[in-house]
Amino acid sequence: MSNDIAIIGVGMHPWGKWGKNFVEYGVKAARDAIKDAGIDWKDVQFVSGAATMRCGYPGYVAGATFAQALGWQGAEVNTSYAACASGSQALAAARAKILSGECEVALVVGADTTPKGFLAPQKGRRPDDPDWVRFHLGITNPTYFALYARRRMEMYGDTQDDFAMVKVKNAEHGFSNPYARYKKKFTAEDVAASAMVADPLRLMDICATSDGGAALIVCSMEYAKKIGKADAVKVAAISTVTPTYASSVIEMPDIATDSGAIVDAQSFRAALPVKAYEEAGIGPEDISLAEVYDLSTALELDWIEDLQLCERGQAAQLVREGATKIGGRLPINTSGGLACFGEAVPAQAISQICELTWQLRGEAGDRQVANANVGITANQGLFGHGSSVIVKK
Amino acid sequence: MTAKKKEPAIEGWFTMDSDKPHLLGSKCCDCGTFYFPKQKNFCKNPSCNGEEFEEVKLSRTGKVWSFTNSCYKPPEPFVAAEPFVPYTIAAVELEAEKMTVLGQVVEGVNVSDLKAGMEMELVLDTLYEDDESEKITWKWKPVSA
Repeated sequence: MSNDIAIIGVGMHPWGKWGKNFVEYGVKAARDAIKDAGIDWKDVQFVSGAATMRCGYPGYVAGATFAQALGWQGAEVNTSYAACASGSQALAAARAKILSGECEVALVVGADTTPKGFLAPQKGRRPDDPDWVRFHLGITNPTYFALYARRRMEMYGDTQDDFAMVKVKNAEHGFSNPYARYKKKFTAEDVAASAMVADPLRLMDICATSDGGAALIVCSMEYAKKIGKADAVKVAAISTVTPTYASSVIEMPDIATDSGAIVDAQSFRAALPVKAYEEAGIGPEDISLAEVYDLSTALELDWIEDLQLCERGQAAQLVREGATKIGGRLPINTSGGLACFGEAVPAQAISQICELTWQLRGEAGDRQVANANVGITANQGLFGHGSSVIVKK
Repeated sequence: MTAKKKEPAIEGWFTMDSDKPHLLGSKCCDCGTFYFPKQKNFCKNPSCNGEEFEEVKLSRTGKVWSFTNSCYKPPEPFVAAEPFVPYTIAAVELEAEKMTVLGQVVEGVNVSDLKAGMEMELVLDTLYEDDESEKITWKWKPVSA
């Protein structure tokens, strides 16, 4: 039995620092997705929201907040919070509802308004909270990204110039994306001139935090046929697996890894796509393009390898060859990625799917990848949350 | 002027032995898995139902897995000296425990002085001072230095 569902509508609010209420971004994205689907808001039977933790109670009950703002019409609601994977879990909830036959058409939506400046832990002395401990000892988010980046340099001979090429490539991709926040064709010189934050990563190697919103209308294949959209892009797999003990790589916000002394150590990032490939019955060789979570430039290279799109240690070579550019044989982050967007946590995983949908429909304009048939996403957040979604024609 | 009292920045995470300090972890009495920080109630090995742990001193040397620095002052609860002095950070793999532990690296050691695989040892050093006391933390130091 096929577990496919159809993506009949996609919509986004431009990323930026707009300083408005997150609900406004989500509703704009949702209305665009509903219009794109060619359905009426009152046809939506299930609203699956991705929560934000930064906008008070309305953010905790995002599904209901968006349903109310769009106009209460009796739909059922759900809210998911899974850090960076919130959007994928909201999509997974919608898919479960559709495949079980409980509803035919669902709205998946996430949006965020981010505070100014650094993200810091809650106040008060809390030595039992790993997030408090690591900040107290001087370990920030860029510390982790920089440790991964330096590890690549030590193990595979990657260079800071390689990392800069990722930024330059993503800046080129995002330049014509109307939803991107940063639309400037940065050069390797620009990256090299930016301030060192956590050696080897400079300010322009690390993504910012942004406001933004993204939404999908998904439905059963029967419903898609009924409204004349049988050839819609489909969700072929959603992986939201947790890590398997023992985790071998130091993960934010921990101060130490699990011990591999008794149980063999595992890589969480590498495990995420495995379930997605199995579920879709699709292999890495079938992938036309990927949207990956480039919290840093170097992390994009880790993801390319974790998605098995090349051998371990070979990703920088792909970038040097131009393979990961639009027009290359394996375009990565055609949207411009987090490098051009900045992170709007509950919207980000959904926006990755919006980009893949536009690409597979052939509606990506200047960013269009030729013969795009199958796309994959990857992201990872705090506390064992991550996702990988496969979208196919 | 008398020397300030030395206190651990986080109580119970390491011994205050200034010569040969150790991180204090725990070990599951059933399966033998190590934990740092200490696990106190339930073993996290999915195949183990262990609920008893013994405190263990972790290896005080290991090999560099990776390293970086902090060029900007972190937000609170970090207590920064004025003016802020950048510091180096290392992730060090403990061989017996097969575990990687983060920590600042002692002053004077820069990113350019480190390589993956380099032998490091645990030392005690000041994290910050307040009016009453000097707050002590563990730091990594190249064995050769």
